Amino acid sequence: MFKVLSNEILAPELHKLVVVAPRVAKARKAGQFVIVRADVGDERIPLTIGDADVEAGTVSLFIQAIGASTRKLVAIQAGGFIRDVAGPLGLATHLENYGRVACIGGGVGTAVLYPLVKGLAQAGNEITTIIGGRSAPYVILQKELGALSKNLLLTTDDGSLGVKGFVTNVLKELMSNPETCPKAVFAVGPGPMMKAVAEMTRADKIPTIVSLNPIMIDGTGMCGGCRVDVGGEVKFACVDGPEFDGHLVDFDLLRDRLSTYKDQERRALDRCSADKCKIGRS
Amino acid sequence: MTEQPKNNDNKPKLSAKERMALPRAQMPERDATIRSRNFEEVNTGLTEEMAILEAQRCLKCKNRQCVEGCPVRVSIPEFIGALATGNIAEAVRVLRKDTALPAVCGRVCPQETQCEEKCIRAVKAKPVAIGYLERFVADWAMNHPAETHETLTVTPTGKTVAIVGCGPAGLTAAGELARLGHKVSIFEALHDTGGVLRYGIPEFRLPKEIIDKEVAHLGELGVVIECNVIIGKTMTLEELRKDYHAVFIANGAGLPMMLNIPGENLKGVYSANEFLTRVNLMGAGQVADSTTPIIQGDNVAVIGAGNTAMDCVRTARRLGAKRAMIIYRRTEAEMPARKEEIHHAKEEGIEFVLLTAPLGVVGNSENWATGLRCQKMALGEPDASGRRKPMPIEGAFEELPVDVVINALGTRANPLLTQTAPDLKLNKWGNIEINESTATSIKGVFAGGDIVRGGATVILAMGDGKKAAGAIHEYLCGL
Repeated sequence: MFKVLSNEILAPELHKLVVVAPRVAKARKAGQFVIVRADVGDERIPLTIGDADVEAGTVSLFIQAIGASTRKLVAIQAGGFIRDVAGPLGLATHLENYGRVACIGGGVGTAVLYPLVKGLAQAGNEITTIIGGRSAPYVILQKELGALSKNLLLTTDDGSLGVKGFVTNVLKELMSNPETCPKAVFAVGPGPMMKAVAEMTRADKIPTIVSLNPIMIDGTGMCGGCRVDVGGEVKFACVDGPEFDGHLVDFDLLRDRLSTYKDQERRALDRCSADKCKIGRS
Repeated sequence: MTEQPKNNDNKPKLSAKERMALPRAQMPERDATIRSRNFEEVNTGLTEEMAILEAQRCLKCKNRQCVEGCPVRVSIPEFIGALATGNIAEAVRVLRKDTALPAVCGRVCPQETQCEEKCIRAVKAKPVAIGYLERFVADWAMNHPAETHETLTVTPTGKTVAIVGCGPAGLTAAGELARLGHKVSIFEALHDTGGVLRYGIPEFRLPKEIIDKEVAHLGELGVVIECNVIIGKTMTLEELRKDYHAVFIANGAGLPMMLNIPGENLKGVYSANEFLTRVNLMGAGQVADSTTPIIQGDNVAVIGAGNTAMDCVRTARRLGAKRAMIIYRRTEAEMPARKEEIHHAKEEGIEFVLLTAPLGVVGNSENWATGLRCQKMALGEPDASGRRKPMPIEGAFEELPVDVVINALGTRANPLLTQTAPDLKLNKWGNIEINESTATSIKGVFAGGDIVRGGATVILAMGDGKKAAGAIHEYLCGL
C-alpha cells in the first residue's frame, strides 16, 4: 500500500498526487514511469513520474481523469492509499548539453515534460518551453517550467491565454530564426501534436524526442501490448522507451492501437456515470 | 460406543494379486460442454476412496525409478505408501519435505513424461497415477490445516537470502531455504504472487486459490514476499548483494517472441503473455465488468501447439469464441503440448488446423484483424531434431476468417535485471549462464528457471529452485 500525501487539482480533471514510495523515489530518473493499480481488481496503468523527493521518499504523479481507472485514482484523497505502485520503469531520458533546446508540452503531456526540462536544465541547456492547452485552465506548470526555462511560451486553441493556435505555430517561428532555432526538440503530448512537431523538424533534421503513451499491462516487457513501430522495427515502449526518435515513430499505428478498447472504455465510463459515480469530477 | 479408527476403514484389505488387477484411477472431469464456457477447474480430483485404492497399485519398488524421473526428487513410493495405509497426514509430511508446491505439481506437471513414464507398472499395465495422488494429498492438506500444520524446529542460521521472482523456481527455493533456517525475502515485479503460475496458467487448470494457499504456507515458514519490486529497476542486483548473504535469480522468461509477419500490429493480435495476463492476472472477461478489457473474438486463431497455446485457445473458447483454433505447421504427433491438454481441448470443441503456417494477418479499413493468411504444409524428411520437417506445398494457401490472433510461439530472456548487472555472464540469447551447481559468474549469486533455460516447464523451474537452494545452503554454511 502506498500512501497519498496530497491530491491537488492543477487543471480541470488533472490532478497531482504526491505518493510515498521511497524505493521508487530513490531509483527514478527523468523520463521513467510507474505502473499503478488503485485497488484490488483494478486496471494496471502507466503514469510518468513527474518529480521525486528522495529525502521525503515521495514521487509526484500527474493524472488526467479520462477513464474509469484514472477517475478512481484521482478520487483518492490525502491520507488514502494506492494499492500498487511499481517502478521506476522504462529507460531514463538521455540527457546531454545540446545547447539550445525546445521543450514542448501539450495538455497532461506538460507534466510528463517537467522532469525532462528539469534534467535538461541541470545538463546546462538553454531551454525554450512551449506549453499548449485547449484553453487557459488547461495550461499547467507555468511557474515550475518558467523557472527552469530561458523562455516560456504559451498557446491555447481558443486564444484565452498566450498565442492562439497550436504549439507548432510557435515552434515554426523559433525555427525560422537561426538565433532561436533549437538544436534538439523534446515533445510530449497527444499523438497528433507529437506527430506534427516531428513532421515540422524532419526537414531540418533537428533531433526530436517524443515520449509515447501506448496501452500497457505489466510494464516490464512481458506482454508486448505496448509495441510501437520505430523505423520499421517493433519496439516495446515499456522497456525500449518510452522515449523514441520522433522522426522514426509510426504515430498512426500508435493512435490506432490506443483505440483498441475505446468501446470497452466508453462502457466502463457509462457504468461509472450510471452508478452516479462522481469520482474525479471537480 | 466404540469408534473404529478412521484409517482402518479406508484401507482396503487386498491381496497382492488383487492389487495388481486394480485398474488405474480415472480423473473425474467436469462435463466438456459446460466447462468450455466457464473457468471452473476441469479436473475435480480423486475422492479419498479412489486415492487410497489407487495408492494400492504402487509396488513400492526398491529401485525407485519414479523418483529418478522427478525433477524435484519427490519421495514418491514413501508418500504413496503412507497414503495406501490411509495415513494421509503422514503422506503430507513426506510430500512437503520434498516439494514446496505439491498442489501445483499435482495439477500441471507432465507426469506422463517424468515419474509415471518410469513407473514399473507401466510395463504390463498403466502407471500408478502419481500426479493424481500428489494432488489428492496436497488438497487434503489444504482442507485439513489443523492436522498438517507445520512448525519449523530448525534453529535460525542468521543468514539472509534474496530471491528475485515469485514463480515456481523462486517459491521452491524459498521453501527449501526457510526449512534450513535461512531468512528468505522474495521480490516480485508484479502486484501478486506466483509468477507464471498466476499470470500464465488459467484458472480452469490451476485455481488461483491453490496458489494463494501454497504461498500462504510458505509465509508460515517465515518467507517474506514483497510485490511491486522490479530488480534491475526498483533495486539493482548489486544492492541485493550488499543487503543479503546470497541471491537467487528466478525472474522467469520475459519478452514474447514476435511472429514477424505482416499485420502483427493490427488490433486483435495478442501475444500469449498479453492475452493470458489480461485474463488470468487481471480477470479480464472472467468477472462481469472487469476493469481490464479484452477483445473477445468470435473466431480465434492461436499460433503454436505447446501448453501455452492450449491454455490460450481454451481460454478464448471460455471467453465465448464460436471457433477457437490451433494453427500448427506440423501434425498432432509433433505437438509439444501435454496429451491431457490436447485431449481436453478436443473435448471442448477446439479445432486443430494442422500442417498450416501463418503468413500474415489481414485487417479491415479500421485496422482490426479479420483474417489469417496461411500456407499449407506437408511433412518432409526428419530434421536434426528427428521430427519430420514441414515443407510448404506450392500454391496451397488458405485464409481463415478470424477476429483475434494469439501468438504462442514462446518467449525470450527478460533483460531488465541483466541490463543493470554488467558482471553477470549471459549466453548469446541473453539467458544467465550458471555452472553445474547453479552458481552464476558473480559470487553468492545463483540462478534458475526460465531466465537460465529459456521457456521451459513449471516442474523444471522447481527442480532448479531446489537444486539452487542446496547450493545456496552449502555456500552460506561456508561463509
